[in-house]
Amino acid sequence: MTMPQNPLNYSSDADPAIKEFDTTKLLKNARKQALERNYKDFFICDVDSHHYETEALPEILQYMDDPVLRHLGLSAGNVGRAGLIPQAIGSQDMAGRVTRYPGRSKETVPPTPHRDITLTRRWMDALGVDMACLFPTPMLLLATHPQPEVEVAMARAYNRWLCERILEEDKRMCSMVYLPINEPHEAERIIDEFAERKGVVGFLSTGYLKRPIHDNANMRIFSKLEEHGMPLGFHAVYNWSDSSLSQLNKFISVHALGFAFCNIIHMTNWVMNGMPERFPKLRTMWIESGLAWIPFLMQRLDNEYMMRTSDAPLLKKKPSDYMREMFYSSQPMELVDNREALEVTFKMINAETQLLYSSDYPHWDMDLPSTIYDLPFLGEQAKRDILGGNAQKLFNLAPTMSEWKLEARKAG
Amino acid sequence: MPEKLLCATADLSDTTAKIFEIEGVEIGVIRHNDTVVAYRNICPHQGGPVCEGLKMPRVCDELDEQKRSVRQSFDTTEMHFVCPWHGWEFKIETGEAIGDPKIRLSRYKVIERDAQIYVEV
Repeated sequence: MTMPQNPLNYSSDADPAIKEFDTTKLLKNARKQALERNYKDFFICDVDSHHYETEALPEILQYMDDPVLRHLGLSAGNVGRAGLIPQAIGSQDMAGRVTRYPGRSKETVPPTPHRDITLTRRWMDALGVDMACLFPTPMLLLATHPQPEVEVAMARAYNRWLCERILEEDKRMCSMVYLPINEPHEAERIIDEFAERKGVVGFLSTGYLKRPIHDNANMRIFSKLEEHGMPLGFHAVYNWSDSSLSQLNKFISVHALGFAFCNIIHMTNWVMNGMPERFPKLRTMWIESGLAWIPFLMQRLDNEYMMRTSDAPLLKKKPSDYMREMFYSSQPMELVDNREALEVTFKMINAETQLLYSSDYPHWDMDLPSTIYDLPFLGEQAKRDILGGNAQKLFNLAPTMSEWKLEARKAG
Repeated sequence: MPEKLLCATADLSDTTAKIFEIEGVEIGVIRHNDTVVAYRNICPHQGGPVCEGLKMPRVCDELDEQKRSVRQSFDTTEMHFVCPWHGWEFKIETGEAIGDPKIRLSRYKVIERDAQIYVEV
């Protein structure tokens, strides 16, 4: 057999963009934006950012109760995570084009603090973010694990590790910790264990669940969240093997539709089954589906609801009226050639009080704070509320400003 | 237009853009197809350092005579800057965004004289 000629590797480790990777250097233009826009004058909170928790898997597994599962994960180092965390087919790094994916592992950090803290602080300081709500990455698919006991064990171990190694160590970082809704009894125990931990500002449902969100088995979870005053986040993911998405042949297609579709499914069930009426004090935040899906769903559900109110008897007002009272993270905000549509969207969702800035850093479709700050139809106060004030209220945060901002203020 | 000296011609590479800072503005300069091009190192999308990302060729879809999809290939005659922040791609030759040619990188006129590279700013 004649092998084809060795093709060029356009993203080799030798490329300077990867070989000399450094987060602060990569984001130097973000820092310029932060200075030009005087972010030092106000608080910025990023409500959806990520780390790669599997890089710390051996540490996380030390917090796992089940010795057999712990052994499964540790027996083959990081390779062992294949048995613990579902793997996603996809090309988040655009075949190496987004250099922070291949470059991240080469970035050097000091021995202390924890590597994740150093890397997180580097991008936060560059973007002008003071506090960040930190989420896992591969574990966003954990709810699809076929073994519910593995989901619960990983969730508990990760939450413990996150609280002890990251959140306890850095008050600029917080999290809505993983909630294994597939196992309601365990989810309740998780709420009890973590609700009062430092830096925990809520609980997170990730991706697709084995039962619909309105399943009767879940009601005690929502009651408990309401009792604790803890918001529930719905972090969307794509699932290429989902039957409705499996005909899509390109990653761009499944990514564009999959994230929105995930939250459309949960939101429709949440509203049409009257969850906001059952749990009026439970605040929900809908994460990482952009914004365009919200006006679409408001219009679709309102139109059908007015003709079929008997299908949704728990509702006391239109679906959009409930949706307008919920919270939304901003990224990935649809920004190309649609300024008028974006302005209408902001009005429809009461963005000035309900929208919270998110970067999704370090993922490929991350948004800088300037995506909010540069919108011409927002006033200064609205910009500051969306970039930080709304998160401060929702999470009852004591704002912790970044050191560089405090120093810049002193310097005048 | 005032000219600014950047470097000796021999210092330029055709594989990696060299970054210069002139009055607080970064300019990426690269040799491309026997000419030298210079662009502001700011992506028009969200401001990423567009000249510092990978250089990648255009990706093409190949169809057969019945317009059936056959395979994908690289067209190495059309090289792109890829912004490392989000992957927006721009033709190195013209600075046009691949997704919308109305969007372009900010270009500087380059003068090659006496084995030296200058830009007009």
